[in-house]
Amino acid sequence: MVANLGFGTLIITFLVTIYGSIAAFIGARRNSPALVDSARNAMLLTFPLLSITALSVIFLLVNGHFEVKYVTEVSSKSMPLYLRLTALWGGQAGSLLFWSWLMSAFASAVMLRKWNRDREFLPWVILVSMITLAFFLILSIFVENPFVSFWQSPTGNITTSMFQPAGATLFFPQDGNGLNPLLRHPGMIIHPPMLYLGFVAFVIPYAFAMAALITGRTDDRWIRITRRWTLVAWIFLSLGLVLGAWWAYDVLGWGGYWGWDPVEIAAFMPWLTGTAFLHSVMIQEKRGMLKQWNMVLIILTYDLVIFGTFLTRSGVLSSVHAFAQSAIGPLFFGFIGLTFLASFSLLSRRWNDLKSEVEISSWFSREALFLLNNLLFMGIFIVCFWGVIFPIISEALGIVGQGIPALAGIFTGQKVTVGPPYYERATAPLFAGLLLLMGVVPLSAWGSSTSKTLGRLVWKPFVASLVVIIALLLGGMRSWPAILGFWLASFVVFVIFHEFWRAAWARHKSKGENLLRALWLLVGKNRRRYGGYIIHLGIVVMALGIIGIELFQTETQGTIPQGGELKLGQYTIRFDKLSVWDTNDGRNIALADVSVYKGGKFIGQLHPRRDYYYESQQPMTIAGLRSTPEDDLYVLLVDWQPLSTSAATFKIYHNPLVWWLWFGVGVLIFGTIVAAWPNAEREKVIIPKSVPETSKA
Amino acid sequence: MEQGVEPRSRMGGRMKFIIGGLLIIIAIVYLIISSTKANAQYFYTVDELKSRGQSVIGQNVRISGAVVGDSIQYDPQSLALSFTIANVPADNKQIEAQGGLAKVLHDAVTDSGRTRMQTVYMGPKPDLLRDEAQAIMTGHIGDDGVFYADELLLKCPTKYEEALPSQSAP
Repeated sequence: MVANLGFGTLIITFLVTIYGSIAAFIGARRNSPALVDSARNAMLLTFPLLSITALSVIFLLVNGHFEVKYVTEVSSKSMPLYLRLTALWGGQAGSLLFWSWLMSAFASAVMLRKWNRDREFLPWVILVSMITLAFFLILSIFVENPFVSFWQSPTGNITTSMFQPAGATLFFPQDGNGLNPLLRHPGMIIHPPMLYLGFVAFVIPYAFAMAALITGRTDDRWIRITRRWTLVAWIFLSLGLVLGAWWAYDVLGWGGYWGWDPVEIAAFMPWLTGTAFLHSVMIQEKRGMLKQWNMVLIILTYDLVIFGTFLTRSGVLSSVHAFAQSAIGPLFFGFIGLTFLASFSLLSRRWNDLKSEVEISSWFSREALFLLNNLLFMGIFIVCFWGVIFPIISEALGIVGQGIPALAGIFTGQKVTVGPPYYERATAPLFAGLLLLMGVVPLSAWGSSTSKTLGRLVWKPFVASLVVIIALLLGGMRSWPAILGFWLASFVVFVIFHEFWRAAWARHKSKGENLLRALWLLVGKNRRRYGGYIIHLGIVVMALGIIGIELFQTETQGTIPQGGELKLGQYTIRFDKLSVWDTNDGRNIALADVSVYKGGKFIGQLHPRRDYYYESQQPMTIAGLRSTPEDDLYVLLVDWQPLSTSAATFKIYHNPLVWWLWFGVGVLIFGTIVAAWPNAEREKVIIPKSVPETSKA
Repeated sequence: MEQGVEPRSRMGGRMKFIIGGLLIIIAIVYLIISSTKANAQYFYTVDELKSRGQSVIGQNVRISGAVVGDSIQYDPQSLALSFTIANVPADNKQIEAQGGLAKVLHDAVTDSGRTRMQTVYMGPKPDLLRDEAQAIMTGHIGDDGVFYADELLLKCPTKYEEALPSQSAP
């Protein structure tokens, strides 16, 4: 019943999107506000409709309707309620539906904004969103239907189908397979929704960009409208990525957080182009430049979002994220190819309208440095993209390698892959460049900054940061990548604090406000700039954590008897006790009590453990983790003798500074809130001001 | 004011930026090519690796195969782990054509005629190491013909989203 209800509304939603697309298109062509309004209502209708569908899946999951294939695949009787709820995105069919649901929510929210001044965008924004939504609905209806049930024919054969085959009866399995234990973690429960929110939110600026191209209103109007959407998309995508990293750190038990897995990269690539976009639109707003480039970036981001959804959910690449193989590949590639071609043909039609209004005049101007920032982001993107496609290219184009010996190591004609060392080596200099820019750019001016004017502002924070290098050297640090990294990080921090200080001090001097109040008003007056600085601080703080774990991680492992000790650096762990017991939710837990000593002093106990899931025959290793701003001690219970619990094998990681990686995310969120905080008053000021600004340039 | 200066220096100015941009792009391309060359790993099946014989000894390669459950030996004292893998095709299409990864792995392990290879890995025994798992390893072949893995990844395709439930109707 409920399955039919859910599937029925899914079909209706699909028909509504088809109607909405047609109504929007004709409404725009014939200039009929009534039709466009109707299309808008259709868009608004998709959200409640898809809510019914999604709630149907949730109902089936919560009530254990194992006759539905999806329910069997991702849930089981022993799973607690919250895991059954979140199993909605635990598998392929459910997560595609979830994608559509979020998409309809975002698109509906866009419909609710005031459209007075930009009515001509409306039908095209609807059309683009509707087509995107329709594509995902097609996948849900025809390929990955979450409502397919098990049927038993009179001869006893079990088949799966949406509707009852002749003579067959519903088949009720006794229990489901259960959600992969590795996914039963708070990080994993909110990681997919965050990532998906980021993904779908990027559809909105893309829809506006296409609307601008179609209507020919290629000024920066679309960028101003979508600025906050882009920020929202960006922060959700960032959170999604970091939550995934946190999950990996906490659950996968290899002491790391990011493995350059193709699927991680698939989610990272739209973040890279999206971040580049976020920066380069500022140049268009302020200087009327890079208009074509911004279009390219948002088109790329949109198609990378679709590509990312595909990679994470298709199993086309072997990785920890991959679900089963599926038939959705060709459909995804078809859709990506189609939207890519359509977008670029629209862009080429408007290419000349999108010429820059001014040219770059100085290497040290802010626009030139922003351009450099874009080049670096694109560089990292290309490194990632190349890493993902390299195995395919290398094998297919072996003939090039045979022809040109210098490239024989690239085009091998065989199955080849590149691992994390490739990405680390190729991206590290580019990331370092971005850090440097983060320090320099806030000090540069639009238009004509020269090395002299920039130098005057840079020298103070630069000298201050040199002190950090000296301190590091005196402290005995000899790793030059670390020194470079810490130096750059401190440089950025000094520049940003100096910027806050300089402006607040100026207000304090001129207006007699006290410093804190001056700071508060200052940030309030230019939230976007200071929010951006805070985001940069967050990134630098995260970078500290990354430098710490990447360059200074140490590890040891060993089997020790009860009462025995294992040493790593300053730390000693003593194995006190091991308890093994069965739980009533189908797990066998082995939990070790381990005392931790630092420099001989007792500092606490850790409880690394291993849960063995009987139903899936899969163990899960949960680290005993002691996390402080200085360092993390990460203890894994790797193995123990099954008969006697007197000896156990431990693996210990010492991860300096990684705490800052997670802390930086808080700063990042705070900065984004500052930058995106709605401010109706200011919006009114900005718009009339922009007209003379662009016409002057 | 700037307008007056610009026309004269425009061409030169533009060249400056084009050259600068090109230099950066060249640097990025160099970075990619050199990093690829330094870190490319050949991906072999057991069959391919065996057939190459002497030429691949000591070379850093990736290999994948089906884990033969009975062969798994683990010494928790020394953390020495050894097991045998059986040849499976590396190509996704081929795997699909033969009935999916789960079936391919199962067939590989049960068919004693498949090429097999002894592997050794030093480290804790991973959770997913069990019969008919797919092992993806990075390492090298020693003179003794044993594969010494530095990195061991495991995939178990059967559990989630594929298998039909085996229980009977209530």
